[in-house]
Amino acid sequence: MAATPLLELRGIDKSFGPVQVLHDVGLSVYPGEVTALVGDNGAGKSTLVKCISGIYPIDGGTVTFEGNEVAIHSPRDASALGIEVVYQDLALCDNLDIVQNMFLGREKTSGIVLDEATMEEMAGETLRSLSVRTVKSLRQLVASLSGGQRQTVAIAKAVLWNSRVVILDEPTAALGVAQTAQVLELVRRLADNGLGVVLISHNMNDVFAVSDRIAALYLGRMAAQVKASDVTHSQIVELITGGRSGNLGLPAEKPSEFIDITPGEAQ
Amino acid sequence: MTTTTTTTAGGIQAVKPTVASHIRDYWGRVRGGDLGSLPAVLGLLVLALIFGVARSDTFLSALNFANLFTQSAQVVFIAMGLVFVLLLGEIDLSAGFASGVCGAVMAILLTNHGLPWYVAIPAAMLAGIVIGLMLGVLVAKLGIPSFVVTLAAFLGFQGVLLTMLKGGQNISITDEFVKSLNNGNLSTAWSWGLAILAVVGYAGIQLNRVRSRAARNLITDPIGIVLFRIGGLAVLLFAATAVLTQERAINPAINSLKGVPIVVPIIAIAMIIWSFVLGRTTYGRHVYAVGGNTEAARRAGIPVDRIRISVFVICSFMASIGGILVVSRASSVDPNTGGSNILLYSVGAAVIGGTSLFGGKGKVINAVIGGAVIAVIDNGMGLMGFSSGQKYIFTGLVLLAAASVDALARRRASATGS
Ligand SMILES: Nc1ncnc2c1ncn2[C@@H]1O[C@H](COP(=O)(O)OP(=O)(O)O)[C@@H](O)[C@H]1O
Ligand SMILES: [Mg+2]
Repeated sequence: MAATPLLELRGIDKSFGPVQVLHDVGLSVYPGEVTALVGDNGAGKSTLVKCISGIYPIDGGTVTFEGNEVAIHSPRDASALGIEVVYQDLALCDNLDIVQNMFLGREKTSGIVLDEATMEEMAGETLRSLSVRTVKSLRQLVASLSGGQRQTVAIAKAVLWNSRVVILDEPTAALGVAQTAQVLELVRRLADNGLGVVLISHNMNDVFAVSDRIAALYLGRMAAQVKASDVTHSQIVELITGGRSGNLGLPAEKPSEFIDITPGEAQ
Repeated sequence: MTTTTTTTAGGIQAVKPTVASHIRDYWGRVRGGDLGSLPAVLGLLVLALIFGVARSDTFLSALNFANLFTQSAQVVFIAMGLVFVLLLGEIDLSAGFASGVCGAVMAILLTNHGLPWYVAIPAAMLAGIVIGLMLGVLVAKLGIPSFVVTLAAFLGFQGVLLTMLKGGQNISITDEFVKSLNNGNLSTAWSWGLAILAVVGYAGIQLNRVRSRAARNLITDPIGIVLFRIGGLAVLLFAATAVLTQERAINPAINSLKGVPIVVPIIAIAMIIWSFVLGRTTYGRHVYAVGGNTEAARRAGIPVDRIRISVFVICSFMASIGGILVVSRASSVDPNTGGSNILLYSVGAAVIGGTSLFGGKGKVINAVIGGAVIAVIDNGMGLMGFSSGQKYIFTGLVLLAAASVDALARRRASATGS
């Protein structure tokens, strides 16, 4: 596959007050590939995503997009680059319909009037390009959709804008077996269409089913980023739970990181 | 029943709606908790029937019908503004006295300073905008709950009004233009002309929508339903116009009294403009989005704070027009203009009409329909000889019923959805 990453993070630091959540995190996202981002609860996956999408400002590090260093200060900046995020807590409005949600914040207008017809057509085309045929009407309120359908709408919303990178934060966490399979198929299709896809997931089966690369985050540090074909389930599990697996992962903690409590020249 | 399937909007299979399926869908939405103005419309019919039977001579008279509009104009205007605030799940308890303050601004400029109406009215509206800006900034930028901000403003504006009126004087106005706004009537020709224009305009917009959507192969409402809506509006408007163009003076030889009250087209224009803003513009879409899911709106790049400030500005602006109209009607302003039950009636009108107190759901027309319910209760119970106390108790119960419907519908929606 393509050798140059579409999106590359280097040395990302992020703290919330006194708590440092991300330490020197690097990540590369390649076009046409699904990169799985794994890690235990609280490892910092969602925080990393929000840093990429401009919801949180980063404290340090660089973001490179198509070889150029970029500064992302808001979700709009991210969208302008072609980076779209499907959030864990679905960012959909229950009181709006499918089309209205897909165009939220980027409505098409003719003059000052909303151009509903064009939006409906574009939404329909996008859903068709993703081979989605499971919604009754594009004008259905999102409140009336099933979990899988809502996830589909959220993903379709992300690809509506000729996006280059789509990041999905645990898109299958709340879904049943059949709907999970549907969503994973959709994720794979995004990459096959040439997008760079980042899939955050807890589920090893999901990860190995669709991803080309796996990046494991451990306590806010990037333990390893490897090709999915080069590793086994159990190695990834070790990386998630311990930050290392054989010669993969973070170096063993250095003694200097421990506080010296031996009696002696204490001040 | 044959259903035709059609492929539309980029290849999504959809069932082409028929009149029957359209009604079924509507009923499905109602059962799912999306009742809109349905309870209010039914309530209005029942109340009108009861009062009509019990007091057919007075309640059903053309004079009384015309009075319903002029009496309720202030509440309806404040309620239309409140819909925007309620859509964000916020509240404005100060709108009643804000309307009083704005009315007083107009009266003082007219009477004490001898300025013409075309200065005094814009000044009153500007006062409304400034008040709304102040409330909105306190809520959106400082993060004080709107309940607290506007409760403080409720008290504060009451004081401002009292101070403006030098401790409780009445200020009368004599400006004929201002007085005509909520006392005058259109000529018979204008009455019919506007009614016909409204029906033709509505028909044109509806039919054009069907035509342009059909031309792009998008699903349209069945033509039967569209014609039914147009016909319904025509029947309603023409019947009302026919009644209102009757002579309703007790002694027409001295002072003829007929025609649609001028305040009716004023209410209609405000309703049309704000419905357009809410339903057809990006701004309106963003108001719904912020009300439905603030975090989603923020992530979509919508300027949430600015939207929040703007709804308070719209609300106070509409309250200022309400104030202008109530001062017009009474030809004077006093320390209780916009006080007593005005605010509660206005919130009641919006909620009874189908606006949700939880945010995200509501339309401008809800305020008008709910305002009609409140006006009919107030007027009809008065004619039947009930005391003010009894009227308040009944109105309170109706509001409680509307809020319960809202809360139950919300539960139901969260049970049927996802
Ligand atoms: N807004 C915030 N303020 C303070 N701490 C936060 C915030 N968001 C996340 N955290 C903390 O950062 C850590 C990483 O959280 P998160 O990125 O949600 O992890 P993950 O998505 O991998 O489960 C957790 O310890 C969490 O408590
Ligand atoms: Mg998370």
